Amino acid sequence: MTIVPAIKRDYITKLAEQGKRIDGRGFDQYRPIEIETKVVNKAEGSARVKIGNTQVLCGIKMDIGEPFPDTPTTGVMSTAAEFVPLASPDFESGPPREDAIELARVVDRGVRESQVIQLEKLCITPGEKVWLVFIDIHILDYDGNLFDAASLAALAALLTTKVPISRFIKNLDEKDRASWQQQLQDIYTIPGIDEAPFGSDDTNNTQVTINDFPLPMIEPPISCTAVKINDFVLFDSCFDEEIIADARLTVATDHKGDIRAMQKGLSGSFSREEIQKVIKGALDNGQEIRKILNHSIGK
Amino acid sequence: MKSDRELINSEGRRLDGRSPHDLRKIKIEAGVLHRADGSCSLEWGGNKVLVAVYGPREAVPRHVQNPLKAIVQARYNMAAFSVEDRKRPGPDRRSVEISKVISEALEKVVLIEQFPRASIDVNIEVLDAEAGTRCAGLTAAGVALVDAGIPLRDIPVACAAGKIGGRVVLDLGKEEDNFGDADLPIAISPRTGEVLLLQMDGHLTIDEFNEAFDLAMKGCYEVSEIQKKAILQKYQSAAAEVQE
Amino acid sequence: MTNEGRQVVIPGQILGEIPALRPGRGTFVENKKIFAERLGVMNIQEKFIHIIPLKGRYDPVVGDFVIGVVLEASTSNWMVDINAPYPALLHVNEVPWEIEFADTEKYLNTGDTILAKVLSVDESKKLQITLNDRNLFKLKGGHLIEFEPSVYRRIIGKKYSMIEIIQKYTRCRIKVGKNGRIWIDGDADGIEKVLAAISMIEREAITFGLTDRIEEFLKKDAKDVR
Repeated sequence: MTIVPAIKRDYITKLAEQGKRIDGRGFDQYRPIEIETKVVNKAEGSARVKIGNTQVLCGIKMDIGEPFPDTPTTGVMSTAAEFVPLASPDFESGPPREDAIELARVVDRGVRESQVIQLEKLCITPGEKVWLVFIDIHILDYDGNLFDAASLAALAALLTTKVPISRFIKNLDEKDRASWQQQLQDIYTIPGIDEAPFGSDDTNNTQVTINDFPLPMIEPPISCTAVKINDFVLFDSCFDEEIIADARLTVATDHKGDIRAMQKGLSGSFSREEIQKVIKGALDNGQEIRKILNHSIGK
Repeated sequence: MKSDRELINSEGRRLDGRSPHDLRKIKIEAGVLHRADGSCSLEWGGNKVLVAVYGPREAVPRHVQNPLKAIVQARYNMAAFSVEDRKRPGPDRRSVEISKVISEALEKVVLIEQFPRASIDVNIEVLDAEAGTRCAGLTAAGVALVDAGIPLRDIPVACAAGKIGGRVVLDLGKEEDNFGDADLPIAISPRTGEVLLLQMDGHLTIDEFNEAFDLAMKGCYEVSEIQKKAILQKYQSAAAEVQE
Repeated sequence: MTNEGRQVVIPGQILGEIPALRPGRGTFVENKKIFAERLGVMNIQEKFIHIIPLKGRYDPVVGDFVIGVVLEASTSNWMVDINAPYPALLHVNEVPWEIEFADTEKYLNTGDTILAKVLSVDESKKLQITLNDRNLFKLKGGHLIEFEPSVYRRIIGKKYSMIEIIQKYTRCRIKVGKNGRIWIDGDADGIEKVLAAISMIEREAITFGLTDRIEEFLKKDAKDVR
């Protein structure tokens, strides 16, 4: 475990009292954000996000499987995160630590609870076959604020994912294909689909679309995370700030300015006013980050 | 397993258009990660690997320490999204075996006597896989070790040859690996030609083996030049960048 | 003034042959041929070929001044991180204070930073450091950063030329540890200038004319550069 020298901790706090941070940023300011999509050929969707020196890669894989019994016409999503030893001298190999699990679950909820993926449009045969969406987060370089980098990578990857129907069509029998065709009525409403997505399968003449199509998504909320050091609230913590932070708060906001998710972490506390500060900063930064995200997916 | 497509035609043209002795396109960049002591990003055909080296640092737990020299611990890991059918995160038996043969290959070139009780940790992440990931990983590891300032006898490099449609070829691609007749990945110390890693599966006559081995060696030398260029690109160009 | 740099050499590269040249630091010999073992630049002094490394973890040598961070206090010693592959031991006998048994925490605790000297390195690289010297002490206040240990010489400069220029233009007190750590004390602007200068030295370590360029850079307003 990296021990924080008391001198560094004191210096960061002293700077904060003067309204400054060690890398010269404002309290509400993010480091430069870079988003690159379609970086992994094997994945159905992928994105690499850099926030300052922090780097996270997210890959989306899809498969066909059984729905949950209580939601027979809904696709299934799941999220995992790997804090691989590559990313930090403090990450060890082995089963996921609680940080990795917390991160995966927070990213998962951010997508699931806001229904960012329109899972109801991912049914093939009700009760039997639906699309499965796997979100896998791979940390590449850890310099603070993994929550925001991971959420952003997941969103950018999902927004550029193509449902790989062309690869799976041969695994579907006649009944499934017929059912799939029924579902397609809904697919027409997804932006980005051509007017006539139907092609015809060579092996038998059933009119079934075999063009991969964009994963049905809605405008997602953007996650912004701040930490608290003594009485100071700082957005987008770098590694040095993060390891001395007392508390952490993530707030996800949508394009209408509403709050969609929150998560507090670490053992310190937030006052009511501090929470309001974080909400305000999350709204402002969220808007800026949303622009960067849209630009990266070609919107 | 036999493909219904011809892997190599009568003119020697392969599925992706390559000739029998052509390497896939390789791109190497050194020093790409911030936290790692040394790192390398490598693209080889459809493969994308990222390697980070940490060390030398004290080997833990205590009982793995060697009081006379450093140990080299390579960890080869494939990301869940790196393959066509999603792979469950975490090491599987194949990853463990590959990690072992790579560790053993690297130990031969690292000047381990200089660091008793220490470990040199080499983390290989396969982000996009398309046949030949262990060669890509080891080659990237060589560059990452140099980038980390680890003392080495030589910069290790790897390349594979194989047999498809009865012909010996260099650097198997995806279908060639799945449907070919033999696969022979090797790693060498290019300065001396010593073989550090050697595995083979499939079916080769002695003559075919010799032909494939020589071809893989030739491939290794070609890749070695690309490694060296990447290192100099990172370090020598600092001087070129300084403008008045 | 030229802006070229020295030639970079890589591990396994042949540098020369015995007996025309002799093997120095950072080289090894095979069949009378001298090879580089590290990424670095070549330096020939009186027929000895040395490699000045460009990267690599700090390798402790007896007598080195180092900046350490205390990891833990035990009854009769402290374990200190000196940014080396191994932690260093600081024994109660090697500090200027009279310590009652098991009172070690009162004097130095986890996270404290000290300016120390390497006392001993044994064959299995077990390290000991000492604070027993007038110019060794616990550091207080200021800021602490790490730099690439292999550029230590460039940060100090020939006859301290570089470090003196940095101190002059930033008005900061600076202690440079051979182990890749710098302690800086001054106002926020001064500290920022020092950090920028160190980054520049790390990037341009193999170039010529660096000292002059650093001086020019520091003369400008620090706010211009980020």
